[in-house]
Order: sequence, then structure tokens, then C-alpha cells
Amino acid sequence: MKNISGKNNASETSSVQLRQLKPSFSSRFKEFFIRHLQVFFYSLGLLSRAPFSTMMTASALGIALALPAGLFVILDHASQLSGDINSINQISLFMKKEVSKKAIESIQKKLENYPEIAQVKHINRDAALQEFQENSGFGDALKALKDNPLPDLLIVYPSLTHSDPEQINDLLIKLKTIKQVELVQLDIQWLQRLYAILQIGQRGVLIIGSLLALGVLLIVGNTIRLAIENRRSEIVVMKLIGGTDSFIRRPFLYTGFWYGLLGSLIAILLVNTSLIIINDPLAHLSSLYDSNLFSLGLMGINTSLMLLFSGCFLGLLGARIAVGKHLKEIEPK
Amino acid sequence: MILFDQVSKRYQGGNEALSQVNFHLHPGEMAFLTGHSGAGKSTLLKLIALIERASTGNVIIGGKNLNRVNRHTIPYLRRNMGIIFQDYQLLYDRTVFDNVALPLIISGFSAREVKKRVHAALDKVGLLRFEKKYPITLSGGEQQRVSIARAVVNKPALLLADEPTGNLDPDLSREIMDLFMAFNQVGVTVLIASHDIPLITQLNKRIIQLSHGKLLTAGNDSL
Repeated sequence: MKNISGKNNASETSSVQLRQLKPSFSSRFKEFFIRHLQVFFYSLGLLSRAPFSTMMTASALGIALALPAGLFVILDHASQLSGDINSINQISLFMKKEVSKKAIESIQKKLENYPEIAQVKHINRDAALQEFQENSGFGDALKALKDNPLPDLLIVYPSLTHSDPEQINDLLIKLKTIKQVELVQLDIQWLQRLYAILQIGQRGVLIIGSLLALGVLLIVGNTIRLAIENRRSEIVVMKLIGGTDSFIRRPFLYTGFWYGLLGSLIAILLVNTSLIIINDPLAHLSSLYDSNLFSLGLMGINTSLMLLFSGCFLGLLGARIAVGKHLKEIEPK
Repeated sequence: MILFDQVSKRYQGGNEALSQVNFHLHPGEMAFLTGHSGAGKSTLLKLIALIERASTGNVIIGGKNLNRVNRHTIPYLRRNMGIIFQDYQLLYDRTVFDNVALPLIISGFSAREVKKRVHAALDKVGLLRFEKKYPITLSGGEQQRVSIARAVVNKPALLLADEPTGNLDPDLSREIMDLFMAFNQVGVTVLIASHDIPLITQLNKRIIQLSHGKLLTAGNDSL
């Protein structure tokens, strides 16, 4: 065996390149999409071949997704509810007794021009007394009074664009500066408390949501890891006959996508079932308060789409992480 | 087609599987690689198939120095070679047709082309009637022929085989070798690792002999 001087022989062989049968570019381009579609349904087929274990995994995902989604729906309704309460906010201005009717009317006019005020209603002290006498049952006792003890009352309705607790607070301060006003009254504290509770709730949903999203990633990742392990020999063969990483990765990614989709569909089902179960007693409770404010209804279309989207995304992401980590470890030996 | 230039392969732990191997296999040539177990036959094939990398020296395949090939181009280079194993490496949850079609699907051929070429390949190895069967229902010799059909279906210029007849009786072994000879006759470069000395001496082809990782004879490097 003579010592081959690499250069000469290399140039000799390079004239005879490895030639291989190659599909045309347009064929490869078209086939790329067809294969994607095939793998898309092939991976669904693989899942349907093991319906029990598929449903187990998908249900675990569904429950993990349903919890934050359900809380979100409730919170969403609660903040809408607080919006309704805001709109019936009213501030009572008790006028000083010596203020004339004329002065009150001009104050009312002035206030109605404020951008932060939607409407001002005047409750005449005489009319109020009459109503009180008729309805309170103290009619005779009140007649014994020389003077009308009731003040004139202006009820201020803040406009919808200025219904935040802070804005209302500003308005209150402004109203207090009117010198004909004896007393400004709004129990704003409970509103602030409600907002604070809602904010805690929002943070809570965010934390639970993030944790459970991580859970979804782990469940999908682990499932895909097992799938990769089960098909180890197939992956080795694919690599040996020239399958690229993306080709080998593809069915697993689609599997992750399907898991995410199934999981979020189950989650939508779970949340809506729970809402239906809760809605009846809630409506009853609400009717006891002479109110129809408290009704959760079903999950909105936007929330459902958001849930579907995040489910599919998390499924894909979990699969991608698992595939990226484990596919490299499988090499032909 | 295959050029080994001072190639050594040392595995972790210091055991040297190949040391200072030089040989040249020309395009269209057919050669057998022999030697005792552990002589380095499989390692040599693995270097060509890029399953392993040389520790020192150059492996040049079809003018391409494999030292300069990165991870991502490996699949494309492997598509230029048909690789055949002692244990067939078939996918047992797919039909014979699907097994043979795999390299074409990976390369992105249309369904019509795939069908035509798979039929042609199966016809060459005499298994066309088995296309819808599952590999597990076939005999060892038939399974090996399926794996050969898969290796040649995209008409590679180079065929590598690692003990292709290791599990087969002498008659079947001869049939398999005849198949390789037929492919060689139409211009395919063939390199077969085998220790079936009686069989390969009959075939009168170049023999490359390894012993303890060293080249004993490189055969008639005539060209």
C-alpha cells in the first residue's frame, strides 16, 4: 500500500462526485406542504391508535388549563360587575339650610357642565319631607316639628369616563370646596376594597396560570419524551437513511400540538360545565337580592379562542423543548 | 470514491480501533472488508457513514473531506449512500412498501414517483409481491432484501454493507452477494464488511484486510 498523497487523489475523486437521484425543486417545494399535511394527520392517527392513554394525557392537560381559565372567567365577570356598580355610583351633596333655591339651581347647572359629571338631580327638601311623611309612618310626629329638618339634596352621577375610584376621589375633593355644601357623602371605601380584592384575584390567576402553564409544558414534554423513547429505533433508522432533524422532529411537534388542542377543548368543556352548574344557584341568589347582575353565563368566544391558542402553543412549545433535548441523544451506534 | 488517508480512530478510554489506515476505493469498484471480530471493520464503515468521526487523518468520500462536514449536512451526505446492516434495521410497524419508500419521502419525491421507484427497487430484489406485507412476516433473507431495496431505491453511488449475510445460511448469503454484484455491474461502488472468507474468495473481488485496527492488505489497488 503506497502512501497516498491526499491532494492528487482527492482532486481525482472529486471529478466523480457522488451523484444521487434528486427530486426537482418545485417537487420538493410542493411535497414539503403535502408531507406537512400528511404528518399532521399521521400524528393524529398515532394518537387515536392509543385512545385511552391519549385521553389520560389530554385530560390532565385539560384540568391544568381549566383551572386558570375558569378563574379568569369568574374574575372577568367580577370586574364587569364592579363596572356596573361604578355606573350607579352616586354622590350625595347635602346643602346648607340657608342656601336659597335659586343658588341651588345655579350650583346644579354649574355642576352639570363638569366633564366628570353625567347628571345632577335635585331633591327638594319640601318634596323630600312630604315623601318621608307619607312613607315613613312618622307622619304625625313630623307634623309636630316647626321646621323642615331635611336639607336640600343634590345627587351627583359621575360620568362613565370618570368612574375610577381615584377620579371619584378627586371629584369628591372638588365638591367639598363648594361653600354652600354642608356634607358630601360617598361610601367609597368598599369600592376601593373591592378593587383591591379584584387586584389580588388577578395576581392570583396570573400566578396559578403561570404555574399551570409550566405544568402543561412538563406534561407534554414528558409525554413526548416517552414517545421519542418508544420510537428510538425508528429515529435511528431515519437518521441513517438521511432524515434531517426537522423531518424527524415534525411528527413529535404535531403530536404536541394535538395534545394542546385536545387539552384546551377539554378545558373549555370543563369550564362551561362548571359554569352551567354554578349559574342556577347563582341566579337564585341574585334574585334574592332583587338583582340580575350576578350571572356568569358561558365562556365568551374570545376567552375560548385565547384558551385554544394558548393550549396549542404550550403543546407545541413543550414538544419542541423535549424534542430538542432528547433527539440529539439518539444517534446511530 | 472512498479515500482513507492516514486515518486513526481512538475511542474514549484509549482503545485504538483503527490506526494509520490508507486505502483508495475507486468509483465503480467493489471490495470486501475482512478481518477478525474487533479488527475495525465496523468502525471503518461508521467513519464513511459519518456515524463516527476520525481522530486523525482524512476520510474523503466523493471528493468531500468528512472532517469538514458539519452536523447539519450529515443527512444530505447519507442520502448519497445506501447502508445495509446485519440486523436489517427495518421499521416493523410499516409495510415493506413504506419501508422502502422512506428514503424517497425524506428527499421529497411526489407520491407517484415514490410508487414507481419503490416498485422498481422491490422488483430488482425480487420482492414485488410482498409490498403490502409487514417485514416481521418475512424470512431473514427476505428482510435483508427489503433493506437492500431501501438502500438502493434512491440510486446512491455508494453502497455500504456491514455483515449483510451474518444471519443467513450459505445459499441465501450467496443470493444476497449476487445482488450486490449486480448493483456493482451497473456502476455502483460497493464496500462490504464480511468475515465469510469462503464466500468472498469465490467472488473474486478486491479484499481489504484489517487486523487489530491496522491495514494488512489493501488488495489490488490497480486503478
